[in-house]
Amino acid sequence: MISAVGLRKSFGDFEAVKGIDVDVRRGEAFGFLGPNGAGKSSTMRMIAAVSPIGGGELRILGMDPAVDGPAIRGRLGVCPQEDTLDNELNVFDNLYIYGRYFGIDKATVRARAEELLEFVSLTEKARAKVEDLSGGMKRRLTIARSLVNSPDLLLLDEPTTGLDPQARHVLWDQLFRLKQAGVTLVITTHYMDEAEQLCDRLVVMDKGLIVAEGSPRELIDAHATREVAELRFGVGQEEQSLEVLVDKLGDLGDRVEVLPDRLLVYSHDGEEVIAQVHERGFRPAAVLVRRSTLEDVFLRLTGRTLVD
Amino acid sequence: MATLTLGQGVSRQYDYWWTVYKRTWKGSVISSFVSPIFYVLAMGVLLGGFIDGDPAQLEGATSYLAFVVPGLVAAHAMQTAVSETTYPVMSMIKWQKVYDSMIATPLRIRDIVAGHLLFVLFRLLTTCGVFMIVLTPFGVFLTWWGALLAFGSQILVGMAFAALVYGWSARLRSESGFGVLFRLGVFPMFLFSGAFFPITNLGEAGAWAARLTPLWHGVNLSRMFSVGAVDWSLALVNAAVLVALLVAGWTWSVSGLTARLVK
Repeated sequence: MISAVGLRKSFGDFEAVKGIDVDVRRGEAFGFLGPNGAGKSSTMRMIAAVSPIGGGELRILGMDPAVDGPAIRGRLGVCPQEDTLDNELNVFDNLYIYGRYFGIDKATVRARAEELLEFVSLTEKARAKVEDLSGGMKRRLTIARSLVNSPDLLLLDEPTTGLDPQARHVLWDQLFRLKQAGVTLVITTHYMDEAEQLCDRLVVMDKGLIVAEGSPRELIDAHATREVAELRFGVGQEEQSLEVLVDKLGDLGDRVEVLPDRLLVYSHDGEEVIAQVHERGFRPAAVLVRRSTLEDVFLRLTGRTLVD
Repeated sequence: MATLTLGQGVSRQYDYWWTVYKRTWKGSVISSFVSPIFYVLAMGVLLGGFIDGDPAQLEGATSYLAFVVPGLVAAHAMQTAVSETTYPVMSMIKWQKVYDSMIATPLRIRDIVAGHLLFVLFRLLTTCGVFMIVLTPFGVFLTWWGALLAFGSQILVGMAFAALVYGWSARLRSESGFGVLFRLGVFPMFLFSGAFFPITNLGEAGAWAARLTPLWHGVNLSRMFSVGAVDWSLALVNAAVLVALLVAGWTWSVSGLTARLVK
């Protein structure tokens, strides 16, 4: 569906995408993960045949976006990061008018719009103004709009950013149903749970490059341990600073990470780590053993430094 | 897959613009239809009553009303075109981001620009058309074909402004630029491009300055046809200038919107 080799994009002196290879197959859900500024959105805009490529090769649905932009866009669904719904139109007209841009005849697009409103549970809001919708409803409408041309490939740029947990789960459920129906999904996100829920395969991007690639499980296996023991020490509870504690506990796991308020010990057996900590005479205020997640992989690969 | 023609690209936006028009026409009634009539009454009938209808002084018109009407309609075409290609363009780029949603579909930049300009054409046809029909009983048009050609001139000058201003708005980052355009461009042109008095009253230099404005070409063309005093070689120059501006404006608009949206 998508094949990119050495894909690049620059804006002036800034290199947003520095040569990435991507191959997305029919029917899969593919994720681009990365912190802000990693180059995800620039990549998505090139795949959407909206932004010209800066270098390398890109084929979408077997076509060259520089030549067949309109034909490619006719078979894509795009759910942009920022809502581009028309606030002055009602909910139904947003779907209807957008569908008309694809050259779909009036009767078909009307029926399709009804169907999609049903799919995203907005049938009762059909005549409501967009500006009166909640954030979650607007996102659902944007997703419905991206499906109006029955796309072969659906591009979702941070589909659930800014939504409350209920709205996110509703959206995930709808995206999962689309995937079941055979739509190829390409998703960018910085939510690890989202990537784990939705993606069959993903790449982690950082500073314009792909730093890891695989299924969520493969990435966790390759870049994290099975479990993580989190040890939290209360303020003033122990004389030693956390750095000193690392020296005394550092050998317990494969890797130990120091955060301002706690230690993370990466190990195949978290319970065993806790037992050892107690045996050595330390009494953390709180302990937690959890399975490691993509978040651990992500932070390991892209660092904890805040990116603005 | 067959490539999209410009006609197809434009016709796919018909529903959008029709919906926009249905939503906004009520608000535009006063500025489009009522205020021009007030101008005609105040300037043409009431003020014009004090002015001698001397064809030698009034570029061939037999009354001030007959002189001012074709100029006023041409100037009104400019104002309509400018109002449809300033804030609406910025809104569709920057505030409502309608264009962002359009470029995600098969539509290309030139389809989008053409769709927008065709909507301006529709607005010009309706406002200037109603204006001309209302004025016909006043006996200001010498012949029916002259009135039709005058109408065509008004549409042409309106479209030349629409294309030029669209290109400028597409490049503009902040709406404060519109204030400059209105105060230093549109308003002085409205007053001094020959709509209200013969530009020869401005003196030699002033008259030449007025001839350099796009509006004068439209006003002159509209008036010559309307009062039935046509200098065909001058008419050809006027029309050629406006067509050239329209073509240049089209290219400038497509390149401006491309630079703005395709990054």
